[in-house]
Amino acid sequence: MIDTIRKLGKWGLSGFERLGRGHIFLFHILTGIPSVLVRFGLLVQQMFSVGVLSLLIIVVSGLFVGMVLGLQGYNTLVDFGAEQSLGVVVALSLVRELGPVVASLLFAGRAGSALTAEIGLMKSTEQLSGMEMMAVDPIKRIIAPRFLAGFISLPLLATIFSAIGVIGGFFVGVGLLGVDDGAFWSQMQAKVDFNEDIMNGVIKSIVFGFVVTWIAVFEGYDCVPTSEGVSRATTRTVVHSALAILGLDFVLTALMFGNI
Amino acid sequence: MHNSKTVEIIVGLFVALGIAALFMLAMKVSNLSTFSGEGGYIVTARFENIGGLKVRSPVTVAGVRVGRISNISFDNTTYEAVVSMNISGQYNTLPTDTSASIFTAGLLGEQYVSLEPGGDEKFLKQDGEVRLTQSAIVLEQVIGQFLYSQAEGGGDAK
Repeated sequence: MIDTIRKLGKWGLSGFERLGRGHIFLFHILTGIPSVLVRFGLLVQQMFSVGVLSLLIIVVSGLFVGMVLGLQGYNTLVDFGAEQSLGVVVALSLVRELGPVVASLLFAGRAGSALTAEIGLMKSTEQLSGMEMMAVDPIKRIIAPRFLAGFISLPLLATIFSAIGVIGGFFVGVGLLGVDDGAFWSQMQAKVDFNEDIMNGVIKSIVFGFVVTWIAVFEGYDCVPTSEGVSRATTRTVVHSALAILGLDFVLTALMFGNI
Repeated sequence: MHNSKTVEIIVGLFVALGIAALFMLAMKVSNLSTFSGEGGYIVTARFENIGGLKVRSPVTVAGVRVGRISNISFDNTTYEAVVSMNISGQYNTLPTDTSASIFTAGLLGEQYVSLEPGGDEKFLKQDGEVRLTQSAIVLEQVIGQFLYSQAEGGGDAK
């Protein structure tokens, strides 16, 4: 009995300890960011592997999500004779919710896990300790560029996702199902507000980009330096990122659109 | 790995693509291109009942969208709804005796304010007021009146 309580306490304490380490780590990253801006090449290199290489999956998923939204939205709206509002349905659901959320989930799976595995392997092969021996700060040289690259890339990817999704919905709605071209765009323009809808979506994706990249680099840096430890850290990155994205999405939606 | 120049070019293209996507969303998807609040002027109107009118609902003249509702408030002394309309600056020739009515787009559509220009030579300015107003038609009231008159008519016939 006492043993169980002790275990519970230990589990709780280690959880809080990790949380604290994560925040101290974040503080170190943020202080390391100015030195990244001096060495711009590092950032560009990471933007390539984090952002550009995620582009394919984002574009393809965006297109198909938009097409499915067009198809499903049409089937529901046509019952009410309101199929002209299809553009509004597609654009609002993409710009407000699906763009930031789905792009972040894909980003966590595609780029977040790669970041964790890379940093974790660097740690387990003692490259990070080697750098410290050479008086090179691994946080400035390795972590901060990756963090900044993810933070910049995700909002761009989410915006591309939304734009491609709208085009996908347009193909299905106007091209396949015969919704009127003019009504599709004009209703969309009448109902979607730039500040209220599009900018709030961008703010969401900025928040998600921050959280997902933070989780990814922290899990990599904090992993147990064995092959099993790296694999666990990678799994945790994806799971924790997904939970953080969905939880934060509710909070942000409630703040932005919930009239609370 | 690619050499660094190619990487830089590709990353540059990626960032440009992201910005182009935001630009496309702003211009093609949102209302930024069709109507911006800047350069517009505010005109108020008082209604006895505004029905389901909401902030951001359209304001039209002859069916053409010229602005939108910027604010709706309630006047404690006259018990009327005060509706502020932000009208785009290019439509600055609305006469002062313009009348405003609240209509519904389609049977179940959203409600909007329709302005009917009068014949005055003076034009509405910033903070001007539309004095001639017609309240929203509340469907329940219309049905209620119809049923009431039907029942009365039926009683007379017997």
